[in-house]
Amino acid sequence: MSDRIASLLPESWSGAAWAATALIHVALVLCFVLISVAFFVWLERKVSARIQDRLGPTRVGGRFGWLQSPADGLKLLCKEDIIPAAADRVLFRLAPYLCFCPAFAAFAAIPLAEGWVVLRLDIAALFVLAVAGMEVFGVILAGYASGSKYSLFGAMREAAQVVSYEAPLALCLVIPVMLAGSMDLTTIAQAQAGWFTQWFLFHNPFSFAAFWVFIVCATANTNRAPFDLPEAESELVAGFMTEYSGFRWTVFFMAEYTSMLAVCLIASIAFLGGWNGPIPWTGWLGLSHSVHPLLGFVGDCVGFVNVTAKAFGGVIFIMALRWTLPRLRIDQVMAMCWKYCVPLAAVMLMGATLWLYVFPGGVIRGVGGQWSPSPAVATSWTNGGERE
Amino acid sequence: MEYDVGTDQWVLNMGPQHPATHGVLRLTLRTDGEVVTECVAHVGYLHRSAEKIGENLTPRQFIPFTDRLDYLAGMNMNLGLTLAVEKLAGYAPSEKTRHLRVLAVELCRIASHLVAACSTGLDLGSFTPFMWSFREREKIQLLFEELCGARLTYSYITPGGVTADAPEGWLERCEAFLDQFEPVIDELHAVLTSNGIFVHRMAGVGVLSAADAVAHGCSGPVLRGSGVAWDLRRHGEPIYRSMYDDYRFEVVAPVNGCYPQDHDYPPVPPQAVVGDSWHRFYVRMLEVVQSIGLVRQAIKKYRQASGTVDAPWQVKQKLPPGEAYLETEAPKGQMGFYLVSDGSAVPWRLRIRSSSFCNLSVVEKLCRGVMLADVAAIVASLDIVLGEIDR
Repeated sequence: MSDRIASLLPESWSGAAWAATALIHVALVLCFVLISVAFFVWLERKVSARIQDRLGPTRVGGRFGWLQSPADGLKLLCKEDIIPAAADRVLFRLAPYLCFCPAFAAFAAIPLAEGWVVLRLDIAALFVLAVAGMEVFGVILAGYASGSKYSLFGAMREAAQVVSYEAPLALCLVIPVMLAGSMDLTTIAQAQAGWFTQWFLFHNPFSFAAFWVFIVCATANTNRAPFDLPEAESELVAGFMTEYSGFRWTVFFMAEYTSMLAVCLIASIAFLGGWNGPIPWTGWLGLSHSVHPLLGFVGDCVGFVNVTAKAFGGVIFIMALRWTLPRLRIDQVMAMCWKYCVPLAAVMLMGATLWLYVFPGGVIRGVGGQWSPSPAVATSWTNGGERE
Repeated sequence: MEYDVGTDQWVLNMGPQHPATHGVLRLTLRTDGEVVTECVAHVGYLHRSAEKIGENLTPRQFIPFTDRLDYLAGMNMNLGLTLAVEKLAGYAPSEKTRHLRVLAVELCRIASHLVAACSTGLDLGSFTPFMWSFREREKIQLLFEELCGARLTYSYITPGGVTADAPEGWLERCEAFLDQFEPVIDELHAVLTSNGIFVHRMAGVGVLSAADAVAHGCSGPVLRGSGVAWDLRRHGEPIYRSMYDDYRFEVVAPVNGCYPQDHDYPPVPPQAVVGDSWHRFYVRMLEVVQSIGLVRQAIKKYRQASGTVDAPWQVKQKLPPGEAYLETEAPKGQMGFYLVSDGSAVPWRLRIRSSSFCNLSVVEKLCRGVMLADVAAIVASLDIVLGEIDR
């Protein structure tokens, strides 16, 4: 996308253009993330209310309580910002931002539609996992700096849990990377163009299973129930957030929802075809940049809706899980990771590798539409895994 | 379990303000990492001198204070004091009163067990069943409000009788409630009892042997969960037992690992050990079903009974000199009231035996060597109410 914006500006402005486009990108992504988070806060209330036979917000902003999130935000902003006497003041203040920034930084490499990405990285999949994993520093710091035993318990749990679940999460993500022959999330999504049968979810039985393992690990990695041990309210009061209040607490809260959105976006790109809808109708209508830039933009908008809809579907699924299941115990969480998720993910990876070796063209793929490997895939296979 | 990695031990102060301690219980935990090596319960944060107040008021005046002992089962508390006073006076109420009392008490037991079972879910991180059960409990409270004007502190069953007869159409509304409530139990079983995570968290955790349960004076579902089929409605003193004389119900307890056969609820999971948290929870869920049957029978018997409902005694009615002690089967266990009278209207001495107090006494034993999260599960499965413990 930066190329397109840069092309609108004169040559001599290249430095300024770079800065300007970077700023515009960050602003756009920040808007997307913050609006999504605000929407999730409202959505979580509505989803939980639906499950619990309640109404949820109905007062602020009309019948459906649309303005509940701004009202919540305003309330939290007005709250007193307390730093406990036993806290390490500097680290205590730093921690929420260390938590939110990595979650947000992951969006730099996540494409929201074809070409709608801040930084198109060759190693986007790795970058996203690595950066999102840094969130744990903020949590540990919060737990340590709070000077409270409950906070420290929460932080230690988070450290153990997140570090463990990164292994199966990465193993699952290797499968789409392997199928597409690239770590670039844009290429991965491009490789799934066409009918929904082209999605990596339906590529082979192993990738189908790997998707569900990925969802489980993503839930654990974002500390959502049934893996919300770091903030287990019935044992640890609020875990690492116990001593936080007001805006700092809000930042932690936003970080949680942001990382939830990030993993759901990755799942939707890596397994659910990204911006490719179930039916390739945009292609039939000629909504592509090769026909006309404006039509291409419309097509990108449709793609953006596709990506977001899939990711939001994932978010709703994770929310429904939270309001249905009890919480696991820490030893059970660790056992689940190392005894079930890691071996399962490894088996799925091996299975997918074998499948790719036996059926290079795919078996289920190509049922709904004509099968042709995307250029990136084709080159990567012929080049022995290297991108052009 | 053995751990070869030891860390510095910590003292973690859980409560008196803590989400998992059901009120103002304070637990001091000595923890080695996540493992609790020692647990000490501190009570007394809700002490309101109920017994001393009882020695300055007539029983009729003291009834509202009994509501506040186990505030989740006010009816049962009312009944405990009432029957103790009636035992002292050698008084027997009319048939119609008896059936109305059984109806109220068993309805209240359903409400109390609903809170107990589903706050267990809450302590395990499952919020939804809690809301579902509160929705049902709300309907019981509405029924009680219609019956006696109060939603929580009923003061309904009083020495001599009850404060009011059932209003017009109330029994039909009770039946309508029970009809719609019965399927909800299956829903609760689906999200809790047979839920895999729930079973993993509860089964085999906090195993209380029958011998220990008896030695600590445990009663109610805590005792029955350990496999002792002891229910004062069956095995209590004649004045209390006779209330349930012509009623059919099962004493729910896993005797020899088996529950009464007249139910089709989820089977006992293989991990569950008799006396663990899961069994304590399950006993309550099955007792709800028994109570539904009792309420239905009470409605039928009340309709068939002739005569009138007895009104309460005068406030200053004199008590005969002497003493009386009576334990009744409250939802949490055996609730005892001890009265000594010198012949005046005000008891000379009044003492209360709390069921939750004895049930809580096992917490130190059960919470040794468990994980931190299990403490919440164990305390929840004991189902304590601090208002009753501290009195």
